Amino acid sequence: MGSLDRIGGVYLLPVILALIAFVFIGQPSSWATLTVAGLSMGMMIFLMASGLSLIFGLMDVLNFGHSAFVSFGAFIAATVLAALGGWLVADSAFLNIAALFAAIGAATAFGAVAGWAFERVIVKPVYKDHLRQILITMGALIVAEQLILAIWGGVPIQVQRPAILTGSIILGDVSIEIYRVFAFLLGLAVYVGLYLVLNRTRLGLLIRAGVENREMVEALGFRIDRLFVGVFMAGSALAAMGGSMWAGYQGLITPAIGGELMILVFIVVIIGGLGSIQGSLLGAILVGLMANYVAFLAPKLSLASNMLLMMAILLWRPYGLKPAAKG
Amino acid sequence: MTYAAISSPSTPRRVPAGRLAVYAVVLAIGLALAFAPFLFPDVRAQEVAARICIFIVLVASYDLLIGYTGIVSFAHTMFFGLGAYGTAIALKAMGPSFTAILVGGGAGLVATLVLALLIGLLSLRVKAIFFAMVTLAAASVMLVLASQLSDYTGGEDGITYQIPRAFAPAFKLFEDGDGKVARLFGVPLNGRIAAYYFVFLTSLALFLFMLRVVASPLGSVLKAIRENEMRAEAIGYKVVAYRTAVFCLAALIAALAGILRAVWLKYAGPDVVLSFHIMIDILLMVVIGGMGTMVGAVIGVVVMTLAQFYLKDLMQIGADATAGVPVVHQLLEPDRWLLWLGVIFILLVYFFPAGIAGTLMNKEWRR
Amino acid sequence: MTAILRLDDVHTDIGQYHVLHGVSFDVPEGGVHVLLGRNGAGKTTTLRTVMGLWRARKGAIVFRHHDITAMRTPDIARLGIAYVPENMGIFGGLTVEENMRLASASGEFDKDRLARIFSIFPAMQKFWTNQAYALSGGQKQMLAISRAIIEKRDLILIDEPTKGLAPSIIRNMIDAFREIGTETTILLVEQNFHFAKALGRGVGVIEDGRIVHKGQMADLAADADLQTRLLSLTAEAH
Repeated sequence: MGSLDRIGGVYLLPVILALIAFVFIGQPSSWATLTVAGLSMGMMIFLMASGLSLIFGLMDVLNFGHSAFVSFGAFIAATVLAALGGWLVADSAFLNIAALFAAIGAATAFGAVAGWAFERVIVKPVYKDHLRQILITMGALIVAEQLILAIWGGVPIQVQRPAILTGSIILGDVSIEIYRVFAFLLGLAVYVGLYLVLNRTRLGLLIRAGVENREMVEALGFRIDRLFVGVFMAGSALAAMGGSMWAGYQGLITPAIGGELMILVFIVVIIGGLGSIQGSLLGAILVGLMANYVAFLAPKLSLASNMLLMMAILLWRPYGLKPAAKG
Repeated sequence: MTYAAISSPSTPRRVPAGRLAVYAVVLAIGLALAFAPFLFPDVRAQEVAARICIFIVLVASYDLLIGYTGIVSFAHTMFFGLGAYGTAIALKAMGPSFTAILVGGGAGLVATLVLALLIGLLSLRVKAIFFAMVTLAAASVMLVLASQLSDYTGGEDGITYQIPRAFAPAFKLFEDGDGKVARLFGVPLNGRIAAYYFVFLTSLALFLFMLRVVASPLGSVLKAIRENEMRAEAIGYKVVAYRTAVFCLAALIAALAGILRAVWLKYAGPDVVLSFHIMIDILLMVVIGGMGTMVGAVIGVVVMTLAQFYLKDLMQIGADATAGVPVVHQLLEPDRWLLWLGVIFILLVYFFPAGIAGTLMNKEWRR
Repeated sequence: MTAILRLDDVHTDIGQYHVLHGVSFDVPEGGVHVLLGRNGAGKTTTLRTVMGLWRARKGAIVFRHHDITAMRTPDIARLGIAYVPENMGIFGGLTVEENMRLASASGEFDKDRLARIFSIFPAMQKFWTNQAYALSGGQKQMLAISRAIIEKRDLILIDEPTKGLAPSIIRNMIDAFREIGTETTILLVEQNFHFAKALGRGVGVIEDGRIVHKGQMADLAADADLQTRLLSLTAEAH
């Protein structure tokens, strides 16, 4: 362990994974394309996973309904993009981008507001009761999925991308989709933002302390319930943002989108360790890369490979790679 | 601190009337199922009765986990599906024989045991919530595998196959003087009756076995672990070992229920044995019936099964009545019945976490 | 003398167990006061009930003129009560500085107070930028206490500060508490009678969730018979 830690510790795992994949894939251009795809997919999943992980870390609440925010985010973004269809195809980069940000913004704002309601109505009465928490958030997920079906129907919905983000950049014989680069950069920006808030502000200090010992934070005079609502809103907003990005990435969304992504999100937080942002990022990158490499090498085993990855990491570290310290 | 030394726990009040009512209802359901072919001779009612029998086993085995041990698993349909698919694949490959059921079912049980052991040992050491996630992930992967490995599983379409002749409608269980199938109360005693009683008696045996388990010393240990894990550990119980054992036991029983389902339906596919909807059904049934009661499983299954029929009818009426109203109409469409069931489920977990049986029997809800 | 904290017939249940069966006592303003009792007698529960971390089912808790029985923990803390739990409640992933910064209301430090804390516990200055999980048990206890006094508090509740500490560190703690006790009131919960004897002005003995003795520490220290009668069960802690 010691030598591994000295050269970067568990953060080296994605690099190792990429190197192994390089050997199997053999063609540098395909490998590069897949790596970019994996990184951008990882970043989108990071958006969804970080909120879940943070909520769990601080509140000890695992929201099985988290994926509902992802789904709603995707559908709201699709609806906004459809409404602003003229802007998307306009010959103006500004209008293109404005439409996209309106969509992401609407989804994120909805996530925050719905997260507030969800915390107050669904989660608050069952704090500290894990069994009922799992049941109730699961029940809320059922209701949310049905609401999506009732509002948008069961038919897959086409999602338009802004003109400026369609197409690819060609570097040598490597082709990189622009949307993926954008998704990666947005995810990275969110990560940096989260990192700064957590490590440079008093609010972040409070959250980190709350993750370790909620009771002591209260005994120091802070209202932890207000912190809970805030973090829950932020986490839900991030999930909806991830969903809106994913909608543009897929181009076609169905009401099952949340459920499908939830499995990956769970695998990510289990691998990364519950309650830590760094862990979520690490887990998300690993899962994103793994999914893309294996989808290329053995398409049918893509999801199973991530399951195996999770099993292997659980065997090695039962609490994940970077769990938050619990005082 | 040892609170036990300070004061004795308050003893829960018992209301014999509610308890009697629950037992009476369960007995009535049992009798109705025992004579279902004669009471409800039409084919559709028999299908429902067989489904209820199998689901009682499935839900009761889930209650062993959630109600008696405090483990939340989302992999229960995975084990149900393993039993069913094992049987189905063997029946398809080897032809309709009891040997095929034994071989296929046996293979399903072995796979179940191995997977349950693996998952249990890997993740029962940590938090309940963690375990729930791992099982959810495992079950989803199994679902995807079943639809992708279509050479063996038939993919989304599933597998249809023949079952042993003794269970086929054309088989004459008893013949009358003319060589035709004998009738009892006008009901032909054919292979379908044999199949029903195979399902019913096996389910009954499994249910009684589970009743025995929860009344045994093992049941008391599980309760001790659920109520206070740390103390149970301190007393010297190997909590992980017990939990893993119960998880394996419940998984095996679920797989057995899957075998029954496969034999009865002559079909195995994701929708009927593996999908997440079945997992949600199980959850709803166990919570509605009453966690940690065993008899609650019987009540939950029957109530949910009836609700699935009648809630839809009720909603159809509502949808027709509100045909002009935009949002309300959509929410009341019969296809959205799960929405309302979800709402009922949430309200139940809030206000009656002990479920129907638990509330009637005035069982104290404890975490 | 006016009481800064008054408990009147406080009953607390934890789950299905009745832990406190009517605890009543006054803590006079100033100095160190000790609540003695063996494991499971209800000492920790008493402190936690005062902090609002557990709710009293019956009875009243009054801090100065505020009835805090039903108040939220953070609001109780903001009245000027600090709490050092048995497990010390250190945030291990945070540095010593961050732990202290969280405890200071403004997020900034009063230079004089900080200097005084450093003079009482020099280790705090030495490990200022280290993560707290790496501190020794005694240093963690020092950090927990420093955190409680970084702001001017009216009352500090401390749960078994000597638990698991070496005798030399305990002597160090006695000096520290003597000094802190000059500016604020401390309610200390202890099993270690020698430690309590060295510090306490008033003393209460709790047994099975009830106060069985109230008085001055000097009287209890002088009366060997009374000690045997009240504290025989805590003999192992001598």
